[in-house]
Amino acid sequence: MATPLIVSEVAKAFIMHLRGGIRLPVVANVSFSVRAGECAVLGGPSGAGKSSILKMVYGNYGVDQGQIIVEHHGALVDLATANPRTVLSVRRDTIGYVSQFLRTVPRVSALDVVAEPLVARGTDRRQAQKRAAELLGRLNLPERLWSLPPATFSGGEQQRVNIARGFITDHPVLLLDEPTASLDATNREVVIALIDEKKLAGTALLGIFHDADVREAVADRIVDVTEFAAGRAAA
Amino acid sequence: MTDEPLLRVTALSKYYGSRIGCEEISFDLWPGEVLAIVGESGSGKTTLLNCLATRLLPTSGTASYRMRDGQWRDLYRMSEAERRFLMRTDWGFVHQNPADGLRMTVSAGANVGERLMAVGDRHYGNIRSTAVDWLGRVEIDEERIDDEPRAFSGGMRQRLQIARNLVTGPRLVFMDEPTGGLDVSVQARLLDLLRGLVTDLGLAAIVVTHDLAVARLLSQRMMVMKDGHVVEAGLTDRVLDDPRAPYTQLLVSSILQV
Ligand SMILES: Nc1ncnc2c1ncn2[C@@H]1O[C@H](COP(=O)(O)OP(=O)(O)OP(=O)(O)O)[C@@H](O)[C@H]1O
Ligand SMILES: Nc1ncnc2c1ncn2[C@@H]1O[C@H](COP(=O)(O)OP(=O)(O)OP(=O)(O)O)[C@@H](O)[C@H]1O
Ligand SMILES: [Mg+2]
Ligand SMILES: [Mg+2]
Repeated sequence: MATPLIVSEVAKAFIMHLRGGIRLPVVANVSFSVRAGECAVLGGPSGAGKSSILKMVYGNYGVDQGQIIVEHHGALVDLATANPRTVLSVRRDTIGYVSQFLRTVPRVSALDVVAEPLVARGTDRRQAQKRAAELLGRLNLPERLWSLPPATFSGGEQQRVNIARGFITDHPVLLLDEPTASLDATNREVVIALIDEKKLAGTALLGIFHDADVREAVADRIVDVTEFAAGRAAA
Repeated sequence: MTDEPLLRVTALSKYYGSRIGCEEISFDLWPGEVLAIVGESGSGKTTLLNCLATRLLPTSGTASYRMRDGQWRDLYRMSEAERRFLMRTDWGFVHQNPADGLRMTVSAGANVGERLMAVGDRHYGNIRSTAVDWLGRVEIDEERIDDEPRAFSGGMRQRLQIARNLVTGPRLVFMDEPTGGLDVSVQARLLDLLRGLVTDLGLAAIVVTHDLAVARLLSQRMMVMKDGHVVEAGLTDRVLDDPRAPYTQLLVSSILQV
């Protein structure tokens, strides 16, 4: 499909029950789509709702209104209403996600953390580890760290593990939440190269990049999230 | 991937006299899926788990289980013998207190071997080598095989209980606060081990816990209970990161970070 991700009239508010039930509108009327082979970047100031949009697309935040359509296993799925089992299946095979921070799991080595999404999709563990090693090598993660659990790694080291984990599969849609935030210039360049390769392979990328240089290098299009400000849509 | 659930629960209720244990609980569980049940003390978690494991009969509602031969069986209409067979072979039940799930006065090896004999294994050599293998998998030194669990630490006992439950290759495991009575550092190790085993064996599990970090690490799906009812259910990370019910928000906000 030429447009693997379509977001249509999505709205999200948080109701804070512990604070007297106040309603915090975040975004409304969010509509955009991402084509195969392009990288769309969510733009807008801090608090505009960029991460919230990514999280809704990943099924990590609930959706109040609207539709998030992905092509999954040859059929169209609306993630706004999909059941947990479908969301899990979409995550395994269709939508990948590089979160802003790695959520570490005790006692699992960096190499296995990276290999895991491939293993979950049925790739032989050895082969998955080989691919994981290639990616960690490209991202200049010192080889002595590969067999250690990432819990004690530095921010930038953890982030590289996270990036490798996100890029190891060939999910048709890939979400990136500030993947380069804690990286040095050399590794930022590696990430830019990895993104370019994904584009060539036909992946639809949706990302958030605070770093203007990276954004310029990878963005085919900026989706301005301030246009979806919840207040404005209500007016 | 299987397109049929393993367990189907419909409108399950259990009353203790006029007191609600749990009320109108419905959900499906698929093979390989881990469901966490969380909620405050007295919210009905154990009641629900015990009804599902047929250790307790519900007041109303049904639970159907898909047997290995593909046949669906109504759990509350099975004969006592059939139920016991299921419990000994296809299911596991990990108690919070290992003493409830182990035989404290027989050796560690026998605790594991006993379950194998229950499924018909009679070959002493096989039983012993499988027991050794399982002790290894739960990180208990082979040298301890002839010791009684009485001589084990809390964490070791819990690991032994897990080995005893998993040795028969169950498809569904019930756990009630599996890390409950343990020190924090011991908990972390046990949790890791459980997580690895559940993933490697592709087990379906229903885990009752008051610890949201345990739920986050072990489960894909979660049900939040309060006063015998499910107040919120969904993907574990969705429920924890975007809690919607007032009670879930309270629960999530009352811990530091999960
Ligand atoms: N789980 C949550 N519960 C309550 N409020 C939330 C939650 N997640 C986000 N918000 C609120 O929603 C708004 C948008 O947050 P979001 O993280 O999407 O912004 P962002 O554009 O990614 O900002 P940044 O550039 O700082 O990362 C903020 O006001 C934030 O406080
Ligand atoms: N055998 C019983 N007779 C009468 N009431 C019972 C019995 N067992 C449980 N209850 C009541 O049913 C309700 C649910 O209890 P249950 O043990 O299921 O809670 P729980 O969520 O497991 O709590 P905890 O986290 O403290 O273990 C409580 O109000 C409890 O007092
Ligand atoms: Mg953000
Ligand atoms: Mg209980």
